[in-house]
Amino acid sequence: MTFWNDPINFIADWLQDVFIGWGASTSVAEVITSLIGIVVMILFAMVIAIALVWVERKVVARFQDRLGPNRIGPFGIFQPFADIVKLVIKEDIIPAGADRVVFNMAPVISLASVILIWAIIPLASNIYGVDINVGVLYLVAVGSFGTLSVIMAGWASNNKYALIGAFRMVATMISYEIPMVVALMIPTIISGTMSVQGITQAQSSVWFAILSPLGFLLFMISAIAELGRSPFDLNEAESEIVAGFHIEYTGMKFGLFYAGELLHAFTFGGFMAVLFFGGYGGFFGLENVAGFTWLSNPFIELIVFLVKAMIGYWIIMWIKYSMPRIRIDHMLAFNWKFLTPLAFVLLMVTALFDKLLAPTQFYVAGMFLSNVVLGWIVIEILRKFSKHERVLQENPAEPVVIQAANHGQGVS
Amino acid sequence: MSIPLSWYLILSAALFCIGLFGVLARKNAVAILLGIELMLNAVNINLVAFWRYGTGEITGQVFAIIVFAVASAEVAVGLALIISVYRRRSTVIADDLDLMKW
Amino acid sequence: MTPEQIIFILTAALIVGTAFLVVTTRNLVHAALWLVATLFGVAILYGLSGAGFLALVQIVIYIGAIAILFIFAVMLTRKEMRDKGAQVNRNWPISAFLALLVFGGLAFILSGWDGFSATASSVPVSGDTLTALGKALVSPDAFVLPFEVASILLLAALVGAVYLAASNKE
Repeated sequence: MTFWNDPINFIADWLQDVFIGWGASTSVAEVITSLIGIVVMILFAMVIAIALVWVERKVVARFQDRLGPNRIGPFGIFQPFADIVKLVIKEDIIPAGADRVVFNMAPVISLASVILIWAIIPLASNIYGVDINVGVLYLVAVGSFGTLSVIMAGWASNNKYALIGAFRMVATMISYEIPMVVALMIPTIISGTMSVQGITQAQSSVWFAILSPLGFLLFMISAIAELGRSPFDLNEAESEIVAGFHIEYTGMKFGLFYAGELLHAFTFGGFMAVLFFGGYGGFFGLENVAGFTWLSNPFIELIVFLVKAMIGYWIIMWIKYSMPRIRIDHMLAFNWKFLTPLAFVLLMVTALFDKLLAPTQFYVAGMFLSNVVLGWIVIEILRKFSKHERVLQENPAEPVVIQAANHGQGVS
Repeated sequence: MSIPLSWYLILSAALFCIGLFGVLARKNAVAILLGIELMLNAVNINLVAFWRYGTGEITGQVFAIIVFAVASAEVAVGLALIISVYRRRSTVIADDLDLMKW
Repeated sequence: MTPEQIIFILTAALIVGTAFLVVTTRNLVHAALWLVATLFGVAILYGLSGAGFLALVQIVIYIGAIAILFIFAVMLTRKEMRDKGAQVNRNWPISAFLALLVFGGLAFILSGWDGFSATASSVPVSGDTLTALGKALVSPDAFVLPFEVASILLLAALVGAVYLAASNKE
C-alpha cells in the first residue's frame, strides 16, 4: 500500500505510528487520527464551497449575458476572498426581541447539516469518510436537520416575513422529501444495497441513469426542491418576501447560510453523480485492460468524481437561471398530485421489472423501456388532463346550468 | 468491559418518569403531548436494549419500528385535534377544556 | 472506563438533562427544541447499540417530522408569541412525587430480576441486521401482520389528521 494507491490509509497509518511513537496508547492514537481525518474532510468541503462562490457568480453572469467578477485576480478567481472579507467586517445585528440562542444556532445547524453529508460521499474507491451500510438513509436524515434550521431561523427572527418564508420553505422541504426518498429507493432496489460505496460499485457495468432515467429525473426534481433553489425558491423570493427566512441575518451568519446553500447544491450534484451516473467509476472495465490499470488509481477516480459532480451542479444552476419561480400552491400540488403518485408507480414498476428481468439478458433494455413506456403513459395522462382543463376554461359551464335550472322548474 | 443492561433499563425508566411528570404537571395540551413523546422514546430505548442483549432475534427492532409508526400516527392526530380545539375555543390550556365536566 | 461507557454516560446525561428541560421550561418553542436534542441523544444511543438503521429512522421521523409538527402546532395555537406565567398546573408537587415513586418502583423491581446485570452483549452486530430486519417485516411467519396493520393505522391517521385540520370550511 503506497501513497498513490491508497492515500487515506497510508497517511492514517503513518500518523498513528507517529502518535504511538510519542507515547500514546493505540486507542488514543486511533481517536486522534480519526479527528484529524474529520478536520481534513471538513476543510476539503469548505475549500470547495469557496471555489463554488466564484463558479456560481461566473456562471450566472454568463447565463445573463454579462461578464461576472473579473477584477480581483485573473478571471476574478479571488472574488470569494473579497466576499468573505466583506461579510466578516459587517456589523452583526441581532433584532430586538429575537431569541438569541436559537437565532445564533440556526446558521450553524444549517451549515452543519450540509457538511455532515460529506462523511459518506465516496470520492474514490478508498477516499471516503465512512462507509455505513445505510448511507442513502443518512442523506435523508441529515436533510431533516436542514429543515429544522430553517424553522429555527424563521421563528427566532421575530419578523413575520421571516416566519412566512420559513413556513413555506419547511412545507416545501417536508413535502418533497417523499418523492426524494422513493427516488433514492430505486438505486437501492437495483443494486441491492443502501451503502453508497455499494451503489457506486454496482454501476461498474451500466449506469443507473440508463436503467432508470425517470428515477434520475424524479431525484433531480425533488433534490432541487429540497435545496430550496429556483424554480422552488419561494422562501427567498427576493422580489416577494424580501429574503425569506434569512432576512434578519447579517454578516458572516448570512455567509454561513449562503455557503451552506451553495455547498448543498454541489453535494446534491455529487449525489446525482454517485447514485445515477457511476460516481467515481465510469470506464466500464477499461481499467482492467493491460495498459490502462492507472485508470483505477484513487486520484484519477477523485478527478472523475469531481468532474461529474460539477456537471450535476451545472445542471442545477442551469435550471435555476432559466426558469421562473413556481407559486407555493402550485408547488405543493405538483408534489402531491403528480410527483408522489409517479414516484410510487415508478418504484413498483422498477421492483417488478428488476425481479423479472434480472437473470435474463434483456435487463438493461427492459428497464430502460419500462421507464420510457411509463413516461409516455404519464405524458398522455397529462395531455388529456390539460386538454380537459383547457376545454373547461374556454367554455364556461354557465349556459348548461341555466338550461338545467329552467328545465328543472318546468319552464319550457 | 461493555455496557451492562442495567444502565439502559435505568435510563429508560428515568426518561419514562420525566415524561410522566410532564404529562401530569403541564397546563398546555401541546406540552402534554411532548411528555407522551418522551415516554414513547423511553419504551423504544427499552426495546432496543432488549434486542441488543437478547439471543439474536430481531423482534426488538421490529417492535421499535412499529412503535415509531404508532407514535407518528398519534402525534399527527393529536396535534390536529389540538389545532381544531384551538379554532373553536381559542385556548389549549387543558384545564379550560371543561365543557363536558359536571 | 472504556470509550463506549464514556460515550454512553455522556449520552445518557444529555438525554435526561434535555428531557428535564422539556418538561420544565416555560417557553414552549424552547421545549420543542429541547425535545429535538433529547431525540438526537436517543438516536446516538441506538447507534451505540449497533442499530444504525433505527438511529437514522429516529432522526428522519422524530426530528424531521414530529418535532417540526410540534413547533408548528406551538406556533399555531397561540394569540401572541410569548409564553406568560408558569407552565405547570397546581398539582405539580404531587406529580413530581408520583414520578419519583414510579421511578423507584421500576428500579426496585428491575434490580430483583436476575438478567439485570447482563454485561457482555451476545449479539454479533453486523450488517446482517438490516437484511434480517427487512425479512422479518415482510415474511409471513414473522411480522408482516403487525407491519400491515401499522400501515393501515398510518393511513387512518393521515386521513383523520387532514380531515380534522381542514374542517373549518363548512
